[in-house]
Amino acid sequence: MTAHLAIAPILLPFVGGALLLALGRLSLPAQRAVALVCVLAQIGAALGVLAAVSGGDILVYRLGDWPAPWGIVLVADRLSACMLLTTTLLALWALIYAGNGIDGQGRHFHVLFQLQLFGLAGAFLTGDLFNLFVFFEILLIASYGLALHGGGKVRTRAGLHYVVMNLAGSTVFLFAAGLIYASLGSLNLADLAAKAAALAPERLGLARAGGLLLLAVFALKAALLPLHLWLPAAYSGTSAPVAALFAIMTKVGIYAILRCHTLLFGDDAGALAHLFAPWLLPLALATIVIGTLGALAADSLGRLAGYLMLVSVGTLVTGISLGTQGIAAALYYLPHSTFAAALLFLLADSIKRRRLLRGDGLLPDADMARHALWGGLFFAAAVAAAGLPPLSGFLGKFLILRAAPDQPWVWTVILLAALLAVVALARAGSQVFFNSLPATDAAATLRQQAKPDADVMATAVPPPDAANAAATGAGLPDSSGSARELLAVDALLGLILALTLFAGPAFDFANATAQQLTEPARYIHAVLGGKP
Amino acid sequence: MEALIALAIGTLTGCGVYLLLRARTYPVVLGLTLLSYGVNLFLFATGRLVVGQPPVVSGATSYADPLPQALVLTAIVIGFAMTAFVIMLSLRARQEFGNDHVDGTPQQGDAS
Repeated sequence: MTAHLAIAPILLPFVGGALLLALGRLSLPAQRAVALVCVLAQIGAALGVLAAVSGGDILVYRLGDWPAPWGIVLVADRLSACMLLTTTLLALWALIYAGNGIDGQGRHFHVLFQLQLFGLAGAFLTGDLFNLFVFFEILLIASYGLALHGGGKVRTRAGLHYVVMNLAGSTVFLFAAGLIYASLGSLNLADLAAKAAALAPERLGLARAGGLLLLAVFALKAALLPLHLWLPAAYSGTSAPVAALFAIMTKVGIYAILRCHTLLFGDDAGALAHLFAPWLLPLALATIVIGTLGALAADSLGRLAGYLMLVSVGTLVTGISLGTQGIAAALYYLPHSTFAAALLFLLADSIKRRRLLRGDGLLPDADMARHALWGGLFFAAAVAAAGLPPLSGFLGKFLILRAAPDQPWVWTVILLAALLAVVALARAGSQVFFNSLPATDAAATLRQQAKPDADVMATAVPPPDAANAAATGAGLPDSSGSARELLAVDALLGLILALTLFAGPAFDFANATAQQLTEPARYIHAVLGGKP
Repeated sequence: MEALIALAIGTLTGCGVYLLLRARTYPVVLGLTLLSYGVNLFLFATGRLVVGQPPVVSGATSYADPLPQALVLTAIVIGFAMTAFVIMLSLRARQEFGNDHVDGTPQQGDAS
C-alpha cells in the first residue's frame, strides 16, 4: 500500500471525476455526497503523503516501473506534500460552499471540480517537465469549464480572455520544454538538474532561452506582473467557490517557479545557476505595487479580493527570491494567503447575495439581514487578508521581512502595501456595512431597476434576472444553503486561526522544506539513484 | 533543410502571434491554431533533423530521436481539444454579445 502512496492523491480525484461523470443522472445531493467523500479521501491521502515525507524522505513512484530518466516519475517531497494538503483542505470548503445551490447552475460542476483537483495533484507530484505540461493542461481545461460555470455575459467575456491567454501560455510552455530538451537532452527534472552543471557552452544560449520562457509561463500562471491582467476579471467574474478553488491555481505557478528556481537553476547548476534570480524580486515588488493600486481602485468586493490576491502573489515571490530563509517564510505564508484569498471570495459572494441592490459593488445599499454577523466575518477576513496581527498573515509577512534585513525596497513596498490594503479593506467594509440607505429609498431604487439597467447589471451575476431575484429574495440560499455558506467561511477562518496557533510547528516544517529544497542533490539521488 | 524548417516555424509562429493580437475571435482562434502548428514543428526539430533513420535503436549507429515524436503526438491531441473548446467558447460569446469582438463591445472604426 505505501508503495503506491505517491500516486493516490492523483488517482483519487481522477476516479472520483470519472465516477461522477458515469453517475451523471444522480440527484444533486447525491453528487455532493460522492464529491465530498472523494475530497475527504484526498485529504486522507495528502495526510498520508505528508506523514511519509515529513521525516525528510523523498517518495519516488516510477510509472510502469520504467527506470528514471526514461520513464515518467512522480516525486513527493515536503514541498509537494504541503501543497497537496493546502489544496485538498481548500477544496473541501469550496465544495461545501458550492452546495448552497451554485453547483446546480450548470452541468457537471462536480465532475470538473474533481478533474481540477486531479490536475492540481498531478502538477504538484510530477517529476517530469513534459508531464508537468500535461497536468497543467488538465487543470486548465477543467478550470475553463469551472470558470464558465453558470454562464452570463461577464463570465463569458472574462472566460474568453482567460482561455486565450492560457492557450498562448501553453504554446510558450511547449517551446520552452522543446528548447530545454534540445539543449540538455532530457525532460526528467532530476536528470536535467544533474546535467545542467555539465552543459556545453555552445548550448548555453538555448538552455537559457528555454529556462526564461519557462519563467514566463509560470509567471503567467502565477499572475506575476506584467502577465497579471487576466486575473482580477477572471476571478471576480466567476462563481465564488470556483474563485476560492482558483486561489490555489496561482500557487501552482509559484510552486513551479520555486521548484525550477531551486532544483534546475539552483546553486549547483553551473552556468545556469540562479537563472531566475535577477527577475524574481523586481517583478514581485512591481506586482505588489500594481495589486495594491488595483485594490484601492476596486469598485466591488470581488475585484478587491482579486487584486489582493495579486498582492499575495507578489509577497510570496518576494519571499522566494530571498534565499533559504525567505523560502521558508514564503512557504509559511502560502497556505495562509491561499485560505485568506478564498475566504474573501466566499464572503464577497455571501454578501452579494444578501444585499438588495448593489450586489458586491461598493455603493450604499439597504441594511442586509444579519448585518453584524457578516460584518464581523468580513472584519476578520480583512484582518487576515491585510496581514495584521494577531492572525498568521502578520507572522508570514514578518518572517519575510526578517529574511531581508538589509533590503530597504522590500521593507518599503511590503509595509506600504499592507497599510494601503488596510485602507482599501476599511473603505470597502464601511461602504458595504455602514453606509446604508433607508429602506424606502432602497425600494424606490429597486423599482427603477426593474427596467433593464446596464450599469448595475454589469456587476450582477447571473445578469438576466438579478434584479428580479433580489426583489423576490430568490437570490438568497435556503436555510441549509445558508448554513453551508457560514460553515465554509467559519472553517476557512478556523484554518487561518490554526495556522496562527500552531505557528511554531508549521514554521519548523516550512524551514525543513526550505532546507530540503536547497539541497537538490538528495532529490536527484532519490530519483536517479547512484551516489548521493 | 535546417533553413527551410526554421523558416516554416518562424512564419507559422509570426502569423500566429499576429492573428492572436487581432480584436475578433475568429482570427484569434486561427492564430492559436497556427501557433500550435508552429510549436509542433519546432518540437520535431528538437530531436535534431535526420532523414531515413529508424526511430528506435536496433544496432544502428544513427537513429531518429523517438521522444520528440511522442511529445508532438501528445501536443497535437491536447491542441486539438483546446481548439475545439475555444471555438465553442467563441460561438457562445458571439451568441451572447451579438458580435465577435473579443471584448464583446466593438469600437467605432474597428477595421478587420
